[in-house]
Amino acid sequence: MFKTLKKNIFRSPYQSLAVILNVSLALFLVCIFFLIGAGSKAVLSFFESRPQAIAYLKDGIKSQDVDLLKAKVLSTGKVKEANYISKDDALKIYKDLFKDKPVLLEMVTANFLPASLEISANDISSLKEIAEILKKEPIVEDVDFQEDVVSTLSSWLGSLRKFGLVMAVFLLLNCLLTILVILGMRISRRREEMETLKLLGASSWHIRSPIYLEGIFYGLFSAVISWGLCYLLIIYLTPFLSRVLTGIPIFPVSPIFMLEILGGISFLGSFVGFLGSLIAASRFLRVSR
Amino acid sequence: MITFDKVSKKFGEITALESASFKVDKGEFVFLTGPSGAGKTTIIRLITGEYLPTSGTIEAASTKISQIPKRRLYLWRRKIGVIFQDYKLFDDRTVFENISVPLGFYKLNLGEIEEKVEKVLKLVGLQERKNLFPAQLAGGELQRTCLARAIVAAPEILLADEPTGNLDPKTAKEMVKLFEEINKKGTTVVMATHNEKVVDLLKTRVIELDRGKIVRDEKQGKYHV
Repeated sequence: MFKTLKKNIFRSPYQSLAVILNVSLALFLVCIFFLIGAGSKAVLSFFESRPQAIAYLKDGIKSQDVDLLKAKVLSTGKVKEANYISKDDALKIYKDLFKDKPVLLEMVTANFLPASLEISANDISSLKEIAEILKKEPIVEDVDFQEDVVSTLSSWLGSLRKFGLVMAVFLLLNCLLTILVILGMRISRRREEMETLKLLGASSWHIRSPIYLEGIFYGLFSAVISWGLCYLLIIYLTPFLSRVLTGIPIFPVSPIFMLEILGGISFLGSFVGFLGSLIAASRFLRVSR
Repeated sequence: MITFDKVSKKFGEITALESASFKVDKGEFVFLTGPSGAGKTTIIRLITGEYLPTSGTIEAASTKISQIPKRRLYLWRRKIGVIFQDYKLFDDRTVFENISVPLGFYKLNLGEIEEKVEKVLKLVGLQERKNLFPAQLAGGELQRTCLARAIVAAPEILLADEPTGNLDPKTAKEMVKLFEEINKKGTTVVMATHNEKVVDLLKTRVIELDRGKIVRDEKQGKYHV
């Protein structure tokens, strides 16, 4: 069977190359859309996991007041987590953040920085309400919250997913049609040979299986190529993207994650290839009895 | 072995075969004779299951051929070896590969395939040509390749459609001798031909057709009455 497959592929090498290039390009774009989607999701998760509201506290407040405030916001049921950051903690964070820029560290002491309460909401939509509660508290100096960032990002991600999905469907349809048309042409050209094989005693499976195998091969081989190209692109872009997305732990991309992508795209490629060959065989292989 | 009972085959208005009834016994050698368009090839194609009769029944080994479902027809065809008038050899395969095609339908290892192909190559005298492609062969060699392909899987019935049509008299005679040899080993042979000398050489059963009708069915017959 594999010998027949090899023969069929090399019988029209330019056709085979055309299928592989076309399907590889389409699957490459599907891969890219998926990676962008996964990356955006990771970015969103990062922002969601960060404190979404910071209540800067007035100087000289007592720890009991902070505990009371903490208990109050937690009792609303809308707050997932509330962490107190003292002036000393704030200085530590500041120093850590600017350790490479000593000029910014000069003259800075804990007194310059306010103590704060960092809050993560259960739901982004209730962030505004939480901020209003905090603002009314006498020990709170100011409230800073990033509702817009997260909700904008979330909305962008939603749109991106929809666009990616539509494009992926469109590209997969393109793969399917490419495989279908090329295999259909090959079947039509080999119709007489297939008729003869039937008369010699070949079963339907014997005639169809090399066609299915050829479709699966095109899908699988193209998937591996597209994945390889994707991986190379990621490796190439990692230094740049790491700089742009400083602090967001996405890069370097985990090899395990990439292997999962390989598994997924291989399955997708094989499935599309098989489907294309299945349709081609039933559409063009209507040999006589 | 094969029984035709009032079999007719029509293609639209044209009647290719009309109420044909005959029986071919196991191990028999039967010539189908008659002019072009008499219905010889139609009979062969009805036996292979390629055509379905318009009316009547064709029975082989207690099975009605027309009732064999399309998906199981291959099992019947594996019992038949067919030699086509236009050879139907695969141009991109060597003589050896062409002959081994029917063996590929069975679960045989490479050694077994080689052994069987070598055996028939010897029988048809094509050992020296086994690595050549059909385009490199003469007419008689092509026909012998077809014969080898038809018998390599040891079929019960051998159907030959004008196997000597493109051959010179000497090669045609050699071919018929080969058929006779195969028949003597127990294979039923049904050969469609309008080669008078070939029929007269063997003096075996002759079914003569004319315009789709059986006009003569004679044991140890000759081409002409």
